[in-house]
Amino acid sequence: MASLRDIKTRINSTQKTKQITKAMHMVSASKLSKAEQFAKAFYPYSDKIKEVVSSIAGSAQDAENPMLQSREVKKTAYFVITSDRGLAGAFNSGVLREVYRTIQKRHQSQDEYTVIAVGRMGRDFFKKRGIPVLKEITGLSDQPNFADIKDLTSETVQLFIDEEIDELVIFYNHFISAISQEVTSKKLLPLTDLTEKSAGNSTSMYEYEPNQQEILNVLLPQYAESLIFGALLDSKASEHAARMTAMKSATDNADELISDLSLQYNRARQAAITQEITEIVSGASALE
Amino acid sequence: MNTLTVSVVTPDGPVLEDTFEMVSCKAESGELGILPGHIPLVAPLSISAVRLKGPNPQRIAVSGGFLEVRPDKVTILAQSAERPDEIDVERARAAKERAERRLQAKQDEIDFRRAEHALKRALNRLDVVENR
Repeated sequence: MASLRDIKTRINSTQKTKQITKAMHMVSASKLSKAEQFAKAFYPYSDKIKEVVSSIAGSAQDAENPMLQSREVKKTAYFVITSDRGLAGAFNSGVLREVYRTIQKRHQSQDEYTVIAVGRMGRDFFKKRGIPVLKEITGLSDQPNFADIKDLTSETVQLFIDEEIDELVIFYNHFISAISQEVTSKKLLPLTDLTEKSAGNSTSMYEYEPNQQEILNVLLPQYAESLIFGALLDSKASEHAARMTAMKSATDNADELISDLSLQYNRARQAAITQEITEIVSGASALE
Repeated sequence: MNTLTVSVVTPDGPVLEDTFEMVSCKAESGELGILPGHIPLVAPLSISAVRLKGPNPQRIAVSGGFLEVRPDKVTILAQSAERPDEIDVERARAAKERAERRLQAKQDEIDFRRAEHALKRALNRLDVVENR
């Protein structure tokens, strides 16, 4: 049986761990509410750009923009969003497992795919397994501005326009609620779902300046970039939520452990006292 | 007096929403002036200042944006849009100098184009601050 001192030390160290996890829980909770705010601030932009893009793409049957057309897929790029730090439960592993499985299933040779990694956890995962990482971005702030990732998004979209990649699939954690996030994969480019959805609503017919073609050339890259940014914000919110839940359960576990240990400690203490009394009594009776 | 509702939105959130009498901006194909009752229109904007005229006029530095017009509402969607009081003059100056140095160094074409864009953005911001 563990000695009194051993138990005491364990209680103390668990207590300290609990303090840390509790603090991290609080920090994540406040970051989550901020991340939600940011995501909300982005909605007006994304809704509007989607509305305009789909109304143009829907009305322009003859508009032939490379971004709208599926071509033969020779190379697929996977855009994977993870976090820089761990301690967020299954946040990173869930996404990475999904990506890894998809790659294993779909591709035979490494020439057929490449990875664009956001976040240190993702980058390290792919590097370790020898999967080609085309672009990476790490050290992103918890509340990313559009300017922070603009370079990455525009370069990614440019890759597609230059036909270096023929398909862009994005993997990230979709934020459902504070306690549930879902690994989501979405085919971002080519933009195929646009024309189908908007077929029904042609509420607004626009005049185009200079013409539809030109506008689509400008607008579609911007739209694709906004989709990537949206996924990133979504993923950030999920990250904080996942970390919050993970830290909450860590704190709860620490509580449980401490109460178990305290019980053990008290039993051991009582046993020691009983033993001492027995010794004194037997010593005294030996003298009589 | 007829008015238009103008809203300026960026990925980082709405910048402005107010009513004005006229919107004057520079599209990629030339200057555009929008008055209330304009037919629906979509046009990409160049990196420039958008001038909103009315009782309390505004100038906004816009880059990577486009304009959507409806008869009573104008929406400007931009990758970045700033009011004069939000612009960091120091940063814009630094960006301008950096871009100028890069342009003089004459690297390959992509860098060149990027520097040119950066210079345009910086000049636009400074211009908006100075003529507020």
